[in-house]
Amino acid sequence: MTGSPYITQPRRETPRIMLLVLLALLPGIVAHWWLFGPGIWVSLLLCSLFAIGFESLALLMRNLPIGFYLRDNTALVTAWLLALSMPTLAPWWLYLVGVFFAIIVAKHLYGGMGQNLFNPAMVGFAVLILSFPVQMTQWPAPAALAAHVPSLTESFDLVFAGQGSLSIDAYTSATPLDSLKTQLRAGTAFDDIIGQAIFGHVGGTGGELVALMFLAGGLLLLALRLITWHIPVAFLGAMALTAGLIQLIEPGPQAGILFHWAAGGAMLGAFFIATDPVSAASTPRGKLIYAAGAGFLTVIIRVYGNLPDGVAFAILLMNIAAPLIDRYTQPRVFGHAGRKGKGSR
Amino acid sequence: MRKLYPFPGGVHPPEHKSESNGRPIAQAPLLPRYVVPLRQHIGNPAKPVVKVGDRVLKGQMIGQPDGYVSTAVHAPTSGRVVAVAPQPVPHPSGIADLAIAIEADGEDRAIEYQPLLDWRSMDPSTLRNRIRDLGLAGLGGAVFPSYIKLNPKAAARIPTLILNGAECEPWITCDDRLMRERPHDILRGIAVMQALLHAEEVLVGIEDNKPEAMAAMQAAAEHCGFPLEVVAVPTQYPAGGGKQLTYLLTGKETPSGALSTDIGVQVFNIGTAYSLYRAIEFGEPVISRVVTVTGHVAEPQNIEVRIGTPIADLIRLAGGELAGASGRLIGGPMMGFDLRDDAAPVTKSVNCVIVKNPILFPPPPPPMPCIRCGECARACPALLQPFELYWYAKARDFGKAQGYQLFDCIECGCCSYVCPSHIPLVDYFRYGKSEIWAREREMQAAEQARKRHEFHLFREEREKQEKADKLAAKAAERLKQGAAAPATADPEAERKKAILQAAIERAQKAKANIQPRNVDNVPPDVQHEIAEIEARRARLREAAHAQDEDKA
Repeated sequence: MTGSPYITQPRRETPRIMLLVLLALLPGIVAHWWLFGPGIWVSLLLCSLFAIGFESLALLMRNLPIGFYLRDNTALVTAWLLALSMPTLAPWWLYLVGVFFAIIVAKHLYGGMGQNLFNPAMVGFAVLILSFPVQMTQWPAPAALAAHVPSLTESFDLVFAGQGSLSIDAYTSATPLDSLKTQLRAGTAFDDIIGQAIFGHVGGTGGELVALMFLAGGLLLLALRLITWHIPVAFLGAMALTAGLIQLIEPGPQAGILFHWAAGGAMLGAFFIATDPVSAASTPRGKLIYAAGAGFLTVIIRVYGNLPDGVAFAILLMNIAAPLIDRYTQPRVFGHAGRKGKGSR
Repeated sequence: MRKLYPFPGGVHPPEHKSESNGRPIAQAPLLPRYVVPLRQHIGNPAKPVVKVGDRVLKGQMIGQPDGYVSTAVHAPTSGRVVAVAPQPVPHPSGIADLAIAIEADGEDRAIEYQPLLDWRSMDPSTLRNRIRDLGLAGLGGAVFPSYIKLNPKAAARIPTLILNGAECEPWITCDDRLMRERPHDILRGIAVMQALLHAEEVLVGIEDNKPEAMAAMQAAAEHCGFPLEVVAVPTQYPAGGGKQLTYLLTGKETPSGALSTDIGVQVFNIGTAYSLYRAIEFGEPVISRVVTVTGHVAEPQNIEVRIGTPIADLIRLAGGELAGASGRLIGGPMMGFDLRDDAAPVTKSVNCVIVKNPILFPPPPPPMPCIRCGECARACPALLQPFELYWYAKARDFGKAQGYQLFDCIECGCCSYVCPSHIPLVDYFRYGKSEIWAREREMQAAEQARKRHEFHLFREEREKQEKADKLAAKAAERLKQGAAAPATADPEAERKKAILQAAIERAQKAKANIQPRNVDNVPPDVQHEIAEIEARRARLREAAHAQDEDKA
């Protein structure tokens, strides 16, 4: 028999929270569809189906009620975040492997929903980028610059049957982040690189608008009080600071703050991935430290590392630190004057 | 306008006050039978001073205070004591407790009450003892003996007296009705409190969803003759929590583990002030209180009933349960508890009885996993991180839970209320606390047992040593004697005989020592005393024995 309180009224229930996160992703998805072609729907659909499949399988093996836990929508959130981190139009098995590592390894092997130390989608992404770097860097070219934008049917064909008659160069291109890094290292002048069509206005043709839409979705999360301001502000703030510092200390010209914000997965990471409450720090001060660390590492990896983007690994690294950060940033408890709370003895 | 200091967290559940606050307080008729529990307050239960068969009068003390933190209980009417035995009581555990059942004789004759109208000239200590003997305890639910709270430590200065009329729990309206209907009486009770504590300011905190009570108290306060301010506080649960109301009105945080008096504030419930008025004005002990009966009953309302009224009767007085009732709550829905047996009586702590139905109180949905969203932390008025506490309590890592200040949890229920995963967080915290208490008790018991055992070993060792020494001395004596008297043939044989003799004596003594002991569970100091006495006895026995031997 349970005790008081005998009434409950959460602002919204957990499944609803997850559903709203999915909805908040829609503006970015629609922008992606508009600017890169309909392939995004194929990858979203595939990841969703694989995620539901793996989730059911894991629940079955763990003897848990499948229907009850599937309704929480968390598997779908993981699936969508992974799909949005991956190139669209990749071969189908790439999604399968990614979702397997996300749902089975990162989530259920750690104890299931709420128990995972790492963000599942980012674990899936990390496995893929390390194991299949070629497939993971074949991003679709922006529609405005592509020789050919695959239709929905063509997208299905590409995903399931491979390229066929289409030349891979016809519909893919290096991402702005990647081109900047490789070309800078090759000795091309910064201004010449940045002047190329792929770079668009601030962060890459197409990509910058998608980032803007993810920002809009993120603001929706804030307005709905699904997330607090701490993580996105600290994440983007630390990115800006780090990018600014790098501009100061590096001899040659470097990518600016706006470029870092608009390119790659910065906005998706700041509002949707770093804010995953399970794997993030949870105290207000802890969130600031955690997200600032992630923002800092993102830019460092981008500028000095060899990976195409730094968001995923930055967040995974800070996921490791989150429990420790929480422990040392426990807020002051009422009636415990002045003393800075230490989480535990 | 007074500056308010909003306390952290809190929630605003549906108020459900209008169901019961529209009607005036009803008077309950005399009932044939009352059950007066002896444990109606925090501290030691009262000691029964009547036995089965005794005739008692209304207002007669039937349980006397036992120790410092205790107070008296009284007969609610005249009649005959028919039982002094464990009976159902309103307690979350549902365990029966010692109570005095009284069969009313219908005459309702009272003892001669001794009003305390000259309280201003009375010796404060005498006055407080009278208040104790009249059974006053906090009627807001905590039922702490009032006489103690009216006796601040000599050093403590209580500049601020707060009267808690917040009544922040949904459904409950007994303080609301009392303030609307009897504000002058309440103020006369407050006057006594103010004088005893030498309070410089008196603040009456009332949630702003009770404008009628506010107005009534304000109007009455104009003529009360001492500085008193009626303050509207925002309707935000748990504004009526002692620490929360104190902070709200003064901006002072009660330190963890301390009392509000440590920061110069004393808090009383409105109902307590009213019962103090009855005590002073009429010399009447606490034998009645106002109880809200609401929820799924025919006529939700407030009823002034005698302490000891069976709750089944109380519900009948409110028109009875409607069809489809699904249980009863004692107290409010946020901090109350399920009543297991409606034969349990109204006690001083029962401020509300809510009859449940499945629509008003649906069964909680099955909990989902915690996603650490932090809603609970934002709702927590104690600024705790309930999701961390939950994590550790669930893992039975109670040390960690204590490190996260589990004991600062006031069990207000806000975290469970807002949890998107419907996790019964407070249940986990209650469980964690009780486990920690149980472990501490176990540790204390183990420590005591260890000390006892060590002393036992020490004593055995000492006795063995003493015997061995004595034996050796005796043997040496015999040897010497043997050497002196040639009549004895073989000194070696003589020595063996002495040893044998000693062994027989030892065996006899051991036999004599085996007897049932009822002193095994006494505290170490008593143990020690016993050991000393026994040692003394042994010495005497030894001496007598030696004499016997000498004679022989």
